[in-house]
Amino acid sequence: MSTYQEFIQQNEDRDGVRFSWNLWPSSRLEATRLVVPVSCLFTPLKERPDLPPVQYEPVLCSRANCKAVLNPLCQVDFRAKIWACNFCFQRNPFPPSYAGISEANQPAELMPQFSTIEYIVQRGTPAPLIFLYVVDTCLEEEDLQALKESLQMSLSLLPPNALVGLITFGRMVQVHELSCEGIAKSYVFRGTKDLSAKQIQEMLGLSKPMASGQQGRPVAPQDASAFCRFLQPVHRVDMNLTDLLGELQRDPWPVPQGKRPLRSTGVALSVAVGLLEGTFPNTGARVMLFIGGPPTQGPGMVVGDELKTPIRSWHDIQKDNARHLKKATKYYEALANRSAVNGHSIDIYACALDQTGLLEMKCLSNLTGGHIVMGDSFNTSLFKQTFQRVFSKDYNGDFRMAFGGVLEVKTSRELKVCGAIGPCVSLNAKGSSVSENVSERTFNINHNAPVPQGGRGAVQFVTQYQHSNTQRRIRVTTIARNWADAQSQIQHIESSFDQEAAAVLMARLGVFRAESEEGPDVLRWLDRQLIRLFMFHMRRSPFLQVFNNSPDESSYYRHHFVRQDLTQSLIMIQPILYSYSFYGPPEPVLLDSSSILPDRILLMDTFFQLVIFHGETIAQWRKAGYQEMAEYENFKQLLQAPLDDAQEILQTRFPMPRYVDTEHGGSQARFLLSKVNPSQTHNNLYAWGQETGAPILTDDVSLQVFMDHLKKLAVSSSA
Amino acid sequence: MSVCETEGLVKHRPLGSSTRTADTLTLLSYPGFRDELKMNVNQHTPLAAPYGQPQPGYVQPGYAPLDGGYPTSYMPYHGPAPAYQHGAPQQGPARGPPSSAPPPVATGQPYNQYNQSQGDMQNGPPPMTQEPPRPAASQPYNSGAATLPGHQPSYPQHYGHPSTMQQVTNQMTGMQINSGPPTAAGPGYAPPYSSQPPVSSAYSAAPPPSYTQAPPPAVSSGSVQMAPPSVPPASQQQYYGGPPPQAFNPSLPPTTSQQQFTSAPPTSCQQPLPPSSYSSPMPPPSQAPPPLVSQPQQPFPPPQPAYSSAPPPPDSQAAFTSGPPPGAQVSFPPRAPPPSSLAGSFPPPGPPPSSAPSSQYPGSISPHQRPLPSHPSPYHSGPPPPRAQMPPTSMAQSNHLPPGPQGQQQPPLQPGMSAGYPAQQNGAFGQVRGPQPGYAGPYPGQPNYGAPAPAAPAQKRLDPDAIPSPQSSDMPAVQKSRHRIDPDAIPSPIQVIEDDKAKVNEPFTTGVRGQAPPLVTTSFQVKDQGNASPRFVRCTAYNMPCTSDMAKQSQVPLAAVIKPLATLPPDEAPPYLVDHGESGPIRCNRCKAYMCPYMQFIEGGRRFQCAFCSCVTEVPPHYFQHLDHTGKRVDCYERPELSLGSYEFLATVDYCKNNKLPQPPAFIFLIDVSYNAVKSGLVSIVCQELKILLDNLPRENPEADSVVRVGFVTYNKVLHFYNVKASLAQPQMLVVSDVADMFVPLLDGFLVNVAESRLVIESLLDQIPEMFADTRETETVFGPVIQAGLEALKAADCAGKLFVFHTSLPIAEAPGKLKNREDKKLVGTDKEKSLFQPQVSFYNTLAKECVAQGCCVDLFLFPNQYVDIATLGVVPVSTGGSVYKYTYFQAQSDQERFLNDLRRDVQKPVGFDAVMRVRTSTGIRATDFYGSFFMSNTTDVELAGLDCDKAVTVEFKHDDKLSEETGALMQCAVLYTTCSGQRRLRVHNMAVNCCSQLADLYRNCETDTIINFLSKYALRGILNNHTKAVRDTLINQCAQILACYRKNCASPSSAGQLILPECMKLLPVYLNCVLKSDVLLPGADISLDDRAYLRQLISCMDVSDTHVFFYPRLLPLMKLEGDSLPVAVRASEERLSKGGVYLMETGLHLFLWVGASVQQELLLNIFGTPSFSQIDSAMTNLPVLDNPFSKRLRELIDSFRAQRSRYMKLMVVKQEDRAELVFKHFLVEDKSSSGGASYVDFLCHMHKEIRQLLS
Repeated sequence: MSTYQEFIQQNEDRDGVRFSWNLWPSSRLEATRLVVPVSCLFTPLKERPDLPPVQYEPVLCSRANCKAVLNPLCQVDFRAKIWACNFCFQRNPFPPSYAGISEANQPAELMPQFSTIEYIVQRGTPAPLIFLYVVDTCLEEEDLQALKESLQMSLSLLPPNALVGLITFGRMVQVHELSCEGIAKSYVFRGTKDLSAKQIQEMLGLSKPMASGQQGRPVAPQDASAFCRFLQPVHRVDMNLTDLLGELQRDPWPVPQGKRPLRSTGVALSVAVGLLEGTFPNTGARVMLFIGGPPTQGPGMVVGDELKTPIRSWHDIQKDNARHLKKATKYYEALANRSAVNGHSIDIYACALDQTGLLEMKCLSNLTGGHIVMGDSFNTSLFKQTFQRVFSKDYNGDFRMAFGGVLEVKTSRELKVCGAIGPCVSLNAKGSSVSENVSERTFNINHNAPVPQGGRGAVQFVTQYQHSNTQRRIRVTTIARNWADAQSQIQHIESSFDQEAAAVLMARLGVFRAESEEGPDVLRWLDRQLIRLFMFHMRRSPFLQVFNNSPDESSYYRHHFVRQDLTQSLIMIQPILYSYSFYGPPEPVLLDSSSILPDRILLMDTFFQLVIFHGETIAQWRKAGYQEMAEYENFKQLLQAPLDDAQEILQTRFPMPRYVDTEHGGSQARFLLSKVNPSQTHNNLYAWGQETGAPILTDDVSLQVFMDHLKKLAVSSSA
Repeated sequence: MSVCETEGLVKHRPLGSSTRTADTLTLLSYPGFRDELKMNVNQHTPLAAPYGQPQPGYVQPGYAPLDGGYPTSYMPYHGPAPAYQHGAPQQGPARGPPSSAPPPVATGQPYNQYNQSQGDMQNGPPPMTQEPPRPAASQPYNSGAATLPGHQPSYPQHYGHPSTMQQVTNQMTGMQINSGPPTAAGPGYAPPYSSQPPVSSAYSAAPPPSYTQAPPPAVSSGSVQMAPPSVPPASQQQYYGGPPPQAFNPSLPPTTSQQQFTSAPPTSCQQPLPPSSYSSPMPPPSQAPPPLVSQPQQPFPPPQPAYSSAPPPPDSQAAFTSGPPPGAQVSFPPRAPPPSSLAGSFPPPGPPPSSAPSSQYPGSISPHQRPLPSHPSPYHSGPPPPRAQMPPTSMAQSNHLPPGPQGQQQPPLQPGMSAGYPAQQNGAFGQVRGPQPGYAGPYPGQPNYGAPAPAAPAQKRLDPDAIPSPQSSDMPAVQKSRHRIDPDAIPSPIQVIEDDKAKVNEPFTTGVRGQAPPLVTTSFQVKDQGNASPRFVRCTAYNMPCTSDMAKQSQVPLAAVIKPLATLPPDEAPPYLVDHGESGPIRCNRCKAYMCPYMQFIEGGRRFQCAFCSCVTEVPPHYFQHLDHTGKRVDCYERPELSLGSYEFLATVDYCKNNKLPQPPAFIFLIDVSYNAVKSGLVSIVCQELKILLDNLPRENPEADSVVRVGFVTYNKVLHFYNVKASLAQPQMLVVSDVADMFVPLLDGFLVNVAESRLVIESLLDQIPEMFADTRETETVFGPVIQAGLEALKAADCAGKLFVFHTSLPIAEAPGKLKNREDKKLVGTDKEKSLFQPQVSFYNTLAKECVAQGCCVDLFLFPNQYVDIATLGVVPVSTGGSVYKYTYFQAQSDQERFLNDLRRDVQKPVGFDAVMRVRTSTGIRATDFYGSFFMSNTTDVELAGLDCDKAVTVEFKHDDKLSEETGALMQCAVLYTTCSGQRRLRVHNMAVNCCSQLADLYRNCETDTIINFLSKYALRGILNNHTKAVRDTLINQCAQILACYRKNCASPSSAGQLILPECMKLLPVYLNCVLKSDVLLPGADISLDDRAYLRQLISCMDVSDTHVFFYPRLLPLMKLEGDSLPVAVRASEERLSKGGVYLMETGLHLFLWVGASVQQELLLNIFGTPSFSQIDSAMTNLPVLDNPFSKRLRELIDSFRAQRSRYMKLMVVKQEDRAELVFKHFLVEDKSSSGGASYVDFLCHMHKEIRQLLS
């Protein structure tokens, strides 16, 4: 390991882990003084094409409350066939199957390059994947049509043995039975009535145990048939379901003037969760909720059906004027928890011009590792492609998703886990933080607790999950870092600091607090913490600022922020701005208003948006059609360059960013203008001179001012 | 001795003319009655003993059934009964007399039989006062009597039995048998005759002739009967002895016998002859076997046995026997002897009857009896002669007519039995048959009575009076002992009906105030001239008492039965539609009555005065019209509302719910698809049929498609709604499991236009049976089903109708869940009433909601066990819907009935969301309403649905004095939505007279309507009272009505006389039918559901429905000629001939009763099979055979079915088959197996009650 940079990079590539500090202070007190906590970003299921899973089960420490997995850090006595757990120091014999073990013949898990290793567990029968579509029918005809097509398309992306189900809702909630021939059959629930899981199962005729018990018949066959009514293998009901989707009507209930359509999203979700809970508990399942508006009735309603009452805004929330907020949030949280317990994740695809209640519903995805996708309409490529990308496959042809994940974090005695931020929910297991289901990234903050020592502290992440090919797998990542005495080795510690990781970690912490605390307090807290450049943008980002964002948007941005990996997170914090010109290859430029020049084309990537901005001159040229002329081929290429780059980004990113192609003075230019550092505003316009950039009409402080203040602050606070 | 004479029809029009207008007192000169009455009296008094004894025998049979309390009285009654019978016969004679003179001979013969008893009676009476009575009594016995006096009436057996069981067997089987054995009979008769002759001669000497005459008269004229009865006995005896055969013979042979009689006539000859002729052949063989057989067979066996046993064995009997028996026996023996069997059998029976008489009327009796036997024949034959003088004409005519043919047939038939039957019955039953043919006769006879009696009394009731006196004198001793009332002597519904039919020959015009319309059984045309057609409104009284005191005194219920949307025959115009423009119908300012012909225009037409409240209202300018010189508007005849009794207004938006014009209604079909429903085939049948039915939804304009929308739901424990939107390729099913909180899962696509969604609907109906073919769900819900329909209508904002096809008690967990509370042990206890009340209040609440929405519910039930109709029916009944019940539904046998009901139910004209209001002129007030509806206040009758079959009975009470001048007015306005969604007001006006004399009241009322009211009143009563108390109340009220009449309107006469007003002479018999109905007097096999079902069914019946329901129509089918219907016979087993085929219509069932010895030709014609045993009693439709008879019969059946709102399933009942029990249940004049009194018994009881009231 030459440099820390390389070490860090290598670690991330191999284990998906980045620590804020790569040398750990040896005491808690010292750790506190470091301001940036000892913590890490961990991607549990980082894609490792080079890591073939092993076909046997892991060897566990025999101590009941430890159960750590044998790893390269363990001390092994090859002769005695004994290994010592590096977490609890328990000495364990190898199982009989390891009889042939020797220095020359080591199992994979003992090799250092296998600090991350994946086991395939053969236990139990593999359950098929389950996809349950929950579809809002209170959509515009055009939207519904687009959505139907997307859904039909998605059927072809599913593995043939995957189970699918369909629930539609509007004023009523319909659970469609897929097994019947001829008549399309569905079970209907009233959209205003909160039903317990038991009631739902009874009404769906799923309360088998009782019925079969009474009749003394074997349970199994009946169960299977009963489940099959609503959840059927794709290959069997493909046609059926396609037709069914094709015939989906808009919600037939009339919507009077001045009213919103009645949407029973809450009950629909409750039914979906209840259905899965009753039929396939602890099996990988995905509830995919498609909504075109806010829930307007029943439990979980976010806004009434009167159009004259607008949906809650941040302003309302601050004034405590959002009457449904707390109730709805509580309702969805309860649902999310139930769902998480059973290992089912919930995706939300919300496409509407107005808010759809993501603020209240975000926990559904946040706690279960589901996706949230927000768009303007189902009839946009943003939604269509994003949705398609949900089913993207990895190099093995498997979905890039896993189900029912349980993450255990084991630490050396000196360390304790103090919490995790990410799409996870705690199982309240003692001594370890457990995350649920996940698709991709979970971020953990490990806080050390007791005594630091010389030597190495170790952290082991054990992730059990159901692979999308229905195998159950366990991935074990074991990491060790050296302890260092803060007094004597402060330079070392300093040099082990991972600036990027720390930035992201601090941001996440900020977001986490922002969600749970009052906004201004968070900003103040953040300001008090160690601040670097990015913090200026962080401060202005929608993750912390709610101004100009609806509660739904805030939820959406935050949701993604806490679950993307480090690179993506950095983009979110500080958008990237590339400049294209005749003067050279594309170059990254400062995210500053001074970068906005007439003869440049700018490409800004904020993660959520991809903005191509044509400078004033370029725009004029383009309008004049020079690019069509042979002699201006180069201009055509210039125009094309950012498009190609954008395309590249678009194709890899999930969710697909909003793609904006605009020009100087265009209405969409606001996306760019709101992001750049307002170094030139209407206040200091003349001071900077017109030709050097575009003024931003804002009262926000510029980076310059911010820095000035910061410096002052730093000096005074340090004093 | 108090002779109780019932006044026969006081007014005897010639024969058939029943004068309703005048007070006709029906003289039921029932010798028997007298006897009975006497008996009663006697019982109290010394006489009791003798009667008692004989009675006992009678009693046991007859009384037992009646009531525990009555036994004694009944006993006497029984005794009397025979007397009555006699009486009846007498009537015959009475009639005979008038007509008899001329026709006598020919008629005489038929009469003979009748006459014998009757004739004797009459004859007897005049000549021998005392004797006659007995003879009469005996006569009845003869016929039945010979076997069993008492039985005679009831038992055809008499005939057969006569020989063997002089009493029982002679009566019934004997006769028949006799007839059967013709050959033997011939000879047999001869011998019998010979033997009899002596007797007869003896009898004939005095009574015979009278008897002969008497018997028929007995039927008709009570008074005469009385006398005759006494005589008859003798004659009967004779009959029996020889008569049984004779008796029968008489009927059969009438002609011959008559001839014989005539030839030998005077007394003996006739008697013997007829019997001989008839009986001779029959008797011997028949007697022997029949007796035995018949006894057991006969439902009456008990009585018979009683008779036989009682009479003979008892001392009194012995006495009788001793006296009469000897004679009788002698007489019998002689006759019997001929037939070996007869002889044997006779002896026993003979003795009893004879004995009875003998004891009492030793001398006379025996002779009488004998004479009677002879009389029987004599009746016909004999009577004529005597009657010839007295009743001849009527008797003769009546008798003749029927008997004639019969007689003719008989002779030949006798051998054949079948043919002979009718005749035989007439003859044989003498009494019995007499009645049948005699019906005409009997009544006529009554007149006759009048005739005979007339002389004496000369009053309206001349007859009665006349009769009584003689009777009283005559009857006392004799009759009592042996006589039972001759059923022919008591008022016959058939006779009344036929008389009424005969009277109507031109359209009934409604212009005359207070004019009673023809009976419901009569077909007639109506011309609306200012009052509503009787098809819409019928009143109990067309002369209302002026004061409440009068009303109270008379106890005659004042009520109207209104059938607002009744369908009219094609030749009558439906109510005109009147549009008064945007301001709506013109109404009185104060009481809001609608413009009608009674409104008085004043001030040159600028104002009008309300006829109901006298308030003066301005005439709106657009409605102004000048008056002519009579004060009538010039345009009077151009405006329906000024000239007609019934018309419709177009309602404006003010008359609509929420001030919004209504949407077209919707029909929702809710089909139970639980295991039972699927298995029984119900589901597939319904679905199949609906495909066709949907083309026939109700519409106003036959050219256009119906605008009624339809929706479909299936359910078991959960509900399945169907989306059948036209744009779908396949229907969609929406399951709602949340039954606890019902809602409608969809709106658009649930209620659809049939034409648009036809393909989808058909696809759905094809698939429903398949989908549930393998269902195992047995539990059902019910409340949520109705809620679902209701919610759907609410969501669609329209009124409509739910068709619920349901199979079982809803025990699944849901609102309205029920538990099985059927507990037979509670029947008859104080808690019984609770079983008629809904089990939970849920359905009442639901019904209220349904009514508010205009959601009418029709319930089709297919139970295999208790389903608690009392509860399930709450919603249908409260919403103006109907309940149909198909117990143990099986596709094969019940499909047709169900489908026809369904078709009719779906297609029939119906109005929705209706409100009915009855306004009356000052002085009376509508106080109570009965029917299928809901009332949220005391005046508005709310009907979610109102179809053409629903009737509402409205009771009126006085709240002031009425004036004779203005009469009483009522206006019934029904606001409803038509099936095309138009809001209309239908108005029916009715004006009736008011009277200050009670006599006027009694002269102008309608028994059928009164019964309609009383039955509904009683059926409501059982909800809150003990059933027995309700029955007692009914009896009480009836007795009071009649007692009031007797006290205030009838001419002074002997207290023993039963005098009935002409208009109400059928009140007792009908009331008895009500009392015996399954609801009020359940048999062991009647379930609570059946009772609840009937109770609800009756509650919305109109008059013609209740009429046929309580008194079934029984048509003999031996001859079907031309287009005319055969004349019905009375609903009594006696009227059935073993050789005949009968069709019975009850309004709910059709029975085809086939006698055991029916003619082969008849079988071939009807069933296409030559053998009785090959008839498949499971058939529900007659085979289509290409012969006129079969065609005509099937036409007949079809026409019957067309007349009723519910399809009547045809059941073929073979005589002596197990199914016959069911059939017999509907022979309402007989004692019922559940303990209901026979007509005769009840009449006696009623008489007693009246007498108690009078004293």
